[in-house]
Amino acid sequence: MSEYQNYLKGSPLEVRVLTRRFGIPNSTSIDVYLQHDGYKALKKAFEIGPDAIINEMKNSGLRGRGGAGFNTGMKWSFVPKQSARPKYVVCNADESEPGTCKDRPLMEYDPHQLLEGIIIAGFAIGSHQGYIYIRGEYRYLMEILDRALAEAYARGFLGKNILGTGFDFDLCTHTGAGAYECGEETALLNSLEGLRGYPRIKPPFPAIVGLYEGPTIINNVETLANVPHIIQNGAEWFAKLGTPKNGGTRLFCLSGHIERPGVYELPMGFPLRRMIEEVGGGVPGGRQLKAVIPGGSSCPVLTADEVDVAMDFDAVAKIGSMLGSGGVVVLDEETCMVKVAQRIMKFYAHESCGWCIPCREGTSWLKSLLERFHSGAGLPEDPDTALDVSYNMLGKTLCPLGDAAAMPTISILKKFRSEFEEHLKLGCCPFEKKAVSVA
Amino acid sequence: MKDGTQNPGFEVLDHPLKEGSQQTSAPYTRSAALAPGPTAKKGSAPEPVKFTIDGKAVTAPAGTLLIEAAKQVGIEIPSYCYYPGLTLQGACRMCLVAIERMPKLQTACTTVVTNGMAVHTETEEVKNARKAMLEFLLTNHPLDCPVCDKGGECELQDAVFRYGAAETRFMESKLHHEERKFSSLVYYDWPRCILCYRCIRVCDEGMDVNAYGIGFRGAHSEIIPNRGEQLECEECGMCIDICPVGALTSGTYRYHTRPWEMTYTGTICNHCGDGCKTTLSVRNNQIIRANNRDHSGFNGEFLCVKGRFGWDFVNNDNRLTAPLIRRKGKQEAGTWEEALSLTVERLKTVLAENGPDSVAVIGSNRTTNEENYLLGRFTRTILATNNLDHHRTADYSSLVRALTESHSTDRYAAMDDIPLASSILLVGNDPTHQHPLAAFQIRQAVQRHGARLYVINQQDIKLRRQSSLYLPVQAGGEAEAIRALAGMEIPSAPPLTSLPNQARESGVGSGLAPGVVSSLNSLREELRKQSDVIIIFGDEIQGTAILDLVRWGLTLPGRARFVALGDYANSRGAADMGVLPGTLPGYSPITEAAARARFESAWEAKIPGEPGRPVRQIIAGIDSGEVKALLVFGSNPAKTFGIPKEALGKLAFLVAAEIFPTETTEMADVVFPATTFAEKAGTVTNTCGQVQALKKTMRKAGTRSDLEILIALARLFGHRWNYQSADDVTREIIAKVTGYAVPLPSLLVGRAVMTQPAGMPPELEGPDLVFSSRDSLFTSGTVSRYSWALNSVDEAKKPYGHIF
Repeated sequence: MSEYQNYLKGSPLEVRVLTRRFGIPNSTSIDVYLQHDGYKALKKAFEIGPDAIINEMKNSGLRGRGGAGFNTGMKWSFVPKQSARPKYVVCNADESEPGTCKDRPLMEYDPHQLLEGIIIAGFAIGSHQGYIYIRGEYRYLMEILDRALAEAYARGFLGKNILGTGFDFDLCTHTGAGAYECGEETALLNSLEGLRGYPRIKPPFPAIVGLYEGPTIINNVETLANVPHIIQNGAEWFAKLGTPKNGGTRLFCLSGHIERPGVYELPMGFPLRRMIEEVGGGVPGGRQLKAVIPGGSSCPVLTADEVDVAMDFDAVAKIGSMLGSGGVVVLDEETCMVKVAQRIMKFYAHESCGWCIPCREGTSWLKSLLERFHSGAGLPEDPDTALDVSYNMLGKTLCPLGDAAAMPTISILKKFRSEFEEHLKLGCCPFEKKAVSVA
Repeated sequence: MKDGTQNPGFEVLDHPLKEGSQQTSAPYTRSAALAPGPTAKKGSAPEPVKFTIDGKAVTAPAGTLLIEAAKQVGIEIPSYCYYPGLTLQGACRMCLVAIERMPKLQTACTTVVTNGMAVHTETEEVKNARKAMLEFLLTNHPLDCPVCDKGGECELQDAVFRYGAAETRFMESKLHHEERKFSSLVYYDWPRCILCYRCIRVCDEGMDVNAYGIGFRGAHSEIIPNRGEQLECEECGMCIDICPVGALTSGTYRYHTRPWEMTYTGTICNHCGDGCKTTLSVRNNQIIRANNRDHSGFNGEFLCVKGRFGWDFVNNDNRLTAPLIRRKGKQEAGTWEEALSLTVERLKTVLAENGPDSVAVIGSNRTTNEENYLLGRFTRTILATNNLDHHRTADYSSLVRALTESHSTDRYAAMDDIPLASSILLVGNDPTHQHPLAAFQIRQAVQRHGARLYVINQQDIKLRRQSSLYLPVQAGGEAEAIRALAGMEIPSAPPLTSLPNQARESGVGSGLAPGVVSSLNSLREELRKQSDVIIIFGDEIQGTAILDLVRWGLTLPGRARFVALGDYANSRGAADMGVLPGTLPGYSPITEAAARARFESAWEAKIPGEPGRPVRQIIAGIDSGEVKALLVFGSNPAKTFGIPKEALGKLAFLVAAEIFPTETTEMADVVFPATTFAEKAGTVTNTCGQVQALKKTMRKAGTRSDLEILIALARLFGHRWNYQSADDVTREIIAKVTGYAVPLPSLLVGRAVMTQPAGMPPELEGPDLVFSSRDSLFTSGTVSRYSWALNSVDEAKKPYGHIF
């Protein structure tokens, strides 16, 4: 429980849907789950049938929680009804986006909620096999999930003829080996097939040609965990929790220079400023807010002036950033933004899979450039070069990793250009002596 | 790959897997994401697609990739990772183009054309993107063009010249990995590598070897070989040639020269019987490199280890360069005049004392058609004997006979027909080792066009991987399997195969297992469903077995065509030109007066009408003393037929024309130093019957071609032959030899022309006359002994038949 108290501090402002069973003793066991409305949604799903499930999903306004924010019901509807090859459901539990740690508690404290969501998804698209692809570093969560899977099999929620409906569904876990790239859906499929974790060419999209060339839906853990609630309480109820076209709640991961970092379930569209100040308790030590990364390290940063924004996909996109995976990283006035850019690029250069040229060479180039610049050996043309190199990556790579590396860099170079000039002028980092690091 | 040039571009993406995914309405499946090539699948073609590229109206078949469609209208879209015939990668991002109504630039190599699409390849945005990709590629590139093998023919260099990015903004230190030796023939220079993955794919999809993978990640990604630091593969070197930059370099070519310092001659590889076109690159009268980057010929860019590296025997120091004359039991160097006149003098004596049957001639599997044709003329008219034979590696005569008697001489399949076949029946042989191009073509047929492959073999050969049915037979059981397939009684007598192969000898005539018989029944039914079948067989099927096979094959509802696989560059030509005891050029029997008359008029001399001694009888004759003089041209009968030294010692006179010292030349009284394929002109016929021209590439001081030797000998015998060059002989062959009425200009411009021989040559004279040498990928009779490259690789030590 100490772990729980560590990063699930709770806030009166929370709207607890996905996290409603968190904190209940033994919340991972199927008995506790069943006592708290567990697997009721599955029974209802069997009653209403696949078409109705997909309709409910569409109407609920649930959008992919992995970061891209695509309407989940819509994604499911792309899967062809008839297929010569088996269809698959893959749960993307390769949570690797820096600043993001929301899937972890969902698996750690309520694995059955996720399993139920996956089984419903499988029933909805007519699949009989699902996989949970877990991040290599989350290996310890496999024990919890495997135990939950065994329980579900034992109680007849998985396997042959589930609940006497004649529907068969098998589900198992699989771990990655520590590559960020494998969180990209097609690279994940390759990895799951035992191939190198390289992304695939799209189209065809996985919904048509996915795992083992069968139609496949790939959804994030949080997305699938929402499914039972939507089925049980209805699309309308779910949609009303959030803002238009952004149904439900969201697990936000507050980190960085904030008084009470943690994972908080808040309704979609919750104002960012209130999230920082009221939920997270504001920037510690009375320091001023400088910037916020709103949805994991691949999102363009917001300046302190831009934080009056509702945290839903559309509103954040409107001001030029992304809601992403819900990893809100707060940066205070003592943070060197050049260092932030450098640290983010170090991550992407390390994680670039190397498949396509712009990302492979661009991230490595930018990493070296920013390291040199931050250390004080910058040249006056460096910021422009870095900006240009970032634009040369943006939109030109096979998968979104190149964009993910370019976007934060571009935003920092544009919004915090003065800090770059200061580095040039001083010949060193103006913040270094204060020893503030976001790494 | 090969097909890209011959049948450029346009086709509907087609793949067996597609059938399974049709209902999913996918434009193509991942594994079907192949570049266009010719298709074997017929059927109603979908409506062509209309769209524009740079304002130009373009029409292309549905399913065409944008990059190919652009090529067809003369618009080049640069690319590295896209390669016709290999799977799509979308990795190099060089082919980014602007498509109207698309928010981002799109890769032309992965975009399938659609109606009304408006594509722009020269907008500022596109130009900048190309320049940006090149700039990225050059960041860690060493820019060592002045010392790089690829300088002058490098795709990266060309692109930088053309699209800019020569000025660098990269101020950081470059990443570096040390150069690695993957094998004695393949080196890898990491900093030059642009990671286009062509090498991996050509090895995997083209060669089915899978010797390469990728190690590490991100900017440190590198190509890694399959055995730790080392490659263990077929050493074909396809990866070197397909490399757009100087990352993979050749152990025989590296640092030798620059591309512009060489002269290039397109000729035909002289190793196996497949007849690959190869471009020999020569500097200072020395061959430096062989490849086929212009994709000419039916092999496209394919060459095996022998074709790409095994030419180096030509430059070997052990070459014979002066005639050798035996004086007092010792061979000494002499002049051409001495050697020629001594030969004529001694032959005249033997002929005068013992008559024409005391002289015999053994011809070659590698010399040109012209040389073989003149060898026949020389033997039959000047020596007045039909004691003429060669090491037959396939029973072409029986195939011609079988097809002629069935009036089906249009049923010879060409090498370029194989990839387009809808089904292939492979009986015996191990094409991966013995016929690397045929194996490549078969793989292409299966992988790219969904052909069905059926294999009947006594060994678990590598092509089994591509087969939909593999029928193992006991050693020597192939002929029986054919009889069973044809629904015939299995004879109690052993079939006419007795090959110098222990496994075979032990199991001849041992019958077919019951399981095999029932499989053969289902195979027969399956073959009856195919629209066409190419039946490819090795020396296991010979004599009457060929007759059985052809008769049955022609009863199939689909169009059956045939290929007999013989070992060497001109095995087929030797048979076609009648280097046989009972057969005149063009498969006319020597016993037929009309056939003799035809050549008698051309040759202005009488031809004896009795068939001569087949090679086994020649050998017996030597042993018994009936044969007193033996002439050997371009072969090594002492080794091939296992003639002991003592037997050869009984000969009154032995003369050999050879390029290297062999077991035979060692015993010879006169040895003529002959030219190799690279030093002469003429034509050769591949095992399918396609005739192609050899081009003279270089000179070797002291040597003469067999053609020149034969003309000189004839002159000294007092016969005037009016041939000024090999071309004159070619013209006579075209005029006189049945099936060889081919257009000479086509040959001279380097085309492969199919011949259709017809005739009723005598039946196979006996056992042990037709047998393959079972050369591996790394052996090729005598010449491979003198190839550094073929002997330098560790893989050459593996036993015959090893699967890489």
